[in-house]
Amino acid sequence: MELCNCIEPPWPADELLMKYQYISDFFIALAYFSIPLELIYFVKKSAVFPYRWVLVQFGAFIVLCGATHLINLWTFTMHTRTVAVVMTTAKILTAVVSCATALMLVHIIPDLLSVKTRELFLKNKAAELDREMGLIRTQEETVGTMLTHEIRSTLDRHTILKTTLVELGRTLGLEECALWMPTRSGLELQLSYTLRHQNPVGFTVPIQLPVINQVFNTSRAVKISPNSPVARLRPVGKYMPGEVVAVRVPLLHLNNFQIHDWPELSTKRYALMVLMLPSDSARQWHVHELELVEVVADQVAVALSHAAILEESMRARDLLMEQNVALDLARREAETAVRARNDFLAVMNHEMRTPMHAIIALSSLLQETELMPEQRLMVETILKSSNLLATLINDVLDLSRLEDGSLQLEMGTFSLHSLFREALNLIKPIASVKRLYVTLSMSPDLPEYAVGDEKRLMQVLLNVVGNAVKFTKEGGISIAAFVAKSDSLRDPRAPEFFPIPSDNHFYLRIEVKDTGSGINPQDIPKLFMKFVQSQPLAAKNSGGSGLGLAICKRFVILMEGHIWIESEGLGRGATAIFIVKLGIPGRLNESKLQFVHKVREINVGRMVTKGLLVHLGCDVLAVASGEDCVRAVSQEHKVVFLDVSIPVSIVSKLL
Amino acid sequence: MEVDQLQRSFLEYTNSLFRFLDGQFGQLQLLQDESNPEFVFEVVSLFFEDSERILNDLTLALDQQNVDFKKIDAHVHQFKGSSSSIGAQRVRNACIAFRNFCEGQNVEACRRCLQQVKQEYLLVKTKLEALLRLEQQILAAGGVIPMLDS
Repeated sequence: MELCNCIEPPWPADELLMKYQYISDFFIALAYFSIPLELIYFVKKSAVFPYRWVLVQFGAFIVLCGATHLINLWTFTMHTRTVAVVMTTAKILTAVVSCATALMLVHIIPDLLSVKTRELFLKNKAAELDREMGLIRTQEETVGTMLTHEIRSTLDRHTILKTTLVELGRTLGLEECALWMPTRSGLELQLSYTLRHQNPVGFTVPIQLPVINQVFNTSRAVKISPNSPVARLRPVGKYMPGEVVAVRVPLLHLNNFQIHDWPELSTKRYALMVLMLPSDSARQWHVHELELVEVVADQVAVALSHAAILEESMRARDLLMEQNVALDLARREAETAVRARNDFLAVMNHEMRTPMHAIIALSSLLQETELMPEQRLMVETILKSSNLLATLINDVLDLSRLEDGSLQLEMGTFSLHSLFREALNLIKPIASVKRLYVTLSMSPDLPEYAVGDEKRLMQVLLNVVGNAVKFTKEGGISIAAFVAKSDSLRDPRAPEFFPIPSDNHFYLRIEVKDTGSGINPQDIPKLFMKFVQSQPLAAKNSGGSGLGLAICKRFVILMEGHIWIESEGLGRGATAIFIVKLGIPGRLNESKLQFVHKVREINVGRMVTKGLLVHLGCDVLAVASGEDCVRAVSQEHKVVFLDVSIPVSIVSKLL
Repeated sequence: MEVDQLQRSFLEYTNSLFRFLDGQFGQLQLLQDESNPEFVFEVVSLFFEDSERILNDLTLALDQQNVDFKKIDAHVHQFKGSSSSIGAQRVRNACIAFRNFCEGQNVEACRRCLQQVKQEYLLVKTKLEALLRLEQQILAAGGVIPMLDS
């Protein structure tokens, strides 16, 4: 027997099982030591953990357990008493701590569990609140759109404002809602609409109140005191009045809408909307309600401006319709007047032409009879004057056609010399009665023949010369005719007159100078206007309708020319100058003429006519019979002479 | 010089014709120029041909049992035309009178008018022939036919 303080292990020394136990104990100890380390690490890391004391306890418990197991390792082999003592101590301690921990956990675990439930509860609550918020928001939006829709569904000013107030009152549960509009003078606000009263008596408040300025200076809704003059809308009751909010409504004026521009809000014209919560409800204005009010105020402003624009455009449309009706009436009246005038002219023309034609026909017949030379001269003058008068009558009707531009010149070849001589012959008797001289000078380079409208040129010449004679009391008239060269063609007063010289045409310039009463240079432009007499009081026998010069000007323009009058002033005489474009005969295309005689044999008449026409410069084709004529005629032939005994069938074939 | 003399006689003769030929003949003479040297001669010859023919037709027509006044009127109208063209005014005037009687359908009067027309025609024919002969003489002598002042 050995006397060592060794203690025998209670178990048999079974090698394998012992070994396993040994290893397990080791690992257990390891784990037991590392768990608290982990705990400490993570707890240090986390910010919040309310139960530190429990942790410490738990840590101690584990450490001790670990220690126990660790020490147990030594008890597998022979070990000393100290080891056993330590082991025992450790175990005792572990037991104590574990019991304490267990006791502690009984308190703690329900708490911990309840934390979890509370967390869950809070999450649910948050979700619910979120949903509610969403609902409220959508509700607000719906209300907002509905409100604006209501407001903007009408374009009538009153309806807009009334609807606004009603809807706002409904949505926000207001006690009173009122609108103050600025008066015409802009110095006061007048109570225009309220929710409760149908027709508010027109209270007014001056616009310069500080509270009003405060509201007008911001675009937000402003809480104002219920005692301010704009808010005293309800009879004072015994209860506390509810909170009052006021917001400005900009009144956009039509003038602010420039095209492509947005209205500026420096209009300074606002209306005031006052909203009152129910009294004694302890309700307060919430932010979203204020926002709603601001939005509504803006919408109202827009709706009002639309209504104003609509009113304006309706008025404009009505005005236009009225004007259209008036214009239509005026047009119909004008048409009637024109038709009446044309009818009158046509009838008068016919009435005037009949006697004219009688005069012309009978004078022609008279010309054919035996007359003495003086008689013949008289008859010729009568005939020429009647022809001119007939032309003038035609022209009175033509003047309207002239103005339309539908009149055409009748071109023909004529002798310039004979034109001037005839004019001279016509004017000489009248001039000699007034003891005026008439001289004519024709430049030698004037061609003998020209192509143009002889009748109308004669008319212009006679008109101009006649005027000269009319307005001259003493002295005389001198007529000069020459071919205009390019520098003398341009009149500085008529820059649009651009004569273009060409081979086939020449410009004839005629100057008629008189020593008469002259014309005031300021009156010269009026001369060529219709129905304007430059000297209404002067000459006693200045007859005439005032058409003469106007017609002359039109004819001259038709002849691609220009006419004007120069005068140095009253009493200094005047010179009328006109330039017309005439063709040069022989260089223009001739017309082919053809005539037919019924008799088969060659006949004197045909030959003579052919000879005359050839002499005048035409191409003539003479045929012997109607059938030959039909065969030979073509588009080139301008004129066909037929004997009266040609049968109608041939004539119709020719046509 | 012969040409001068001839020309003078021509002019005198022409002037003496004024009772028989009016201004129309003068116009015809004016139409004669270098391009148409024989104009007057041709016209006058044609006139003679036409007139012979028409007068024959007229004589025949008036000798019929049933006088066709329409046809006669047509013939006279033609003759009036050609005589006017040449300027034979007396012939023309006779034709005018003839036509009036035609309208009246008076056979006797028409016959008398025909006689009158024939007479006038012969007169003017003689004159024209003489004039033409003078012209030929002047041309043959190398001169130019003088122009008249119309």
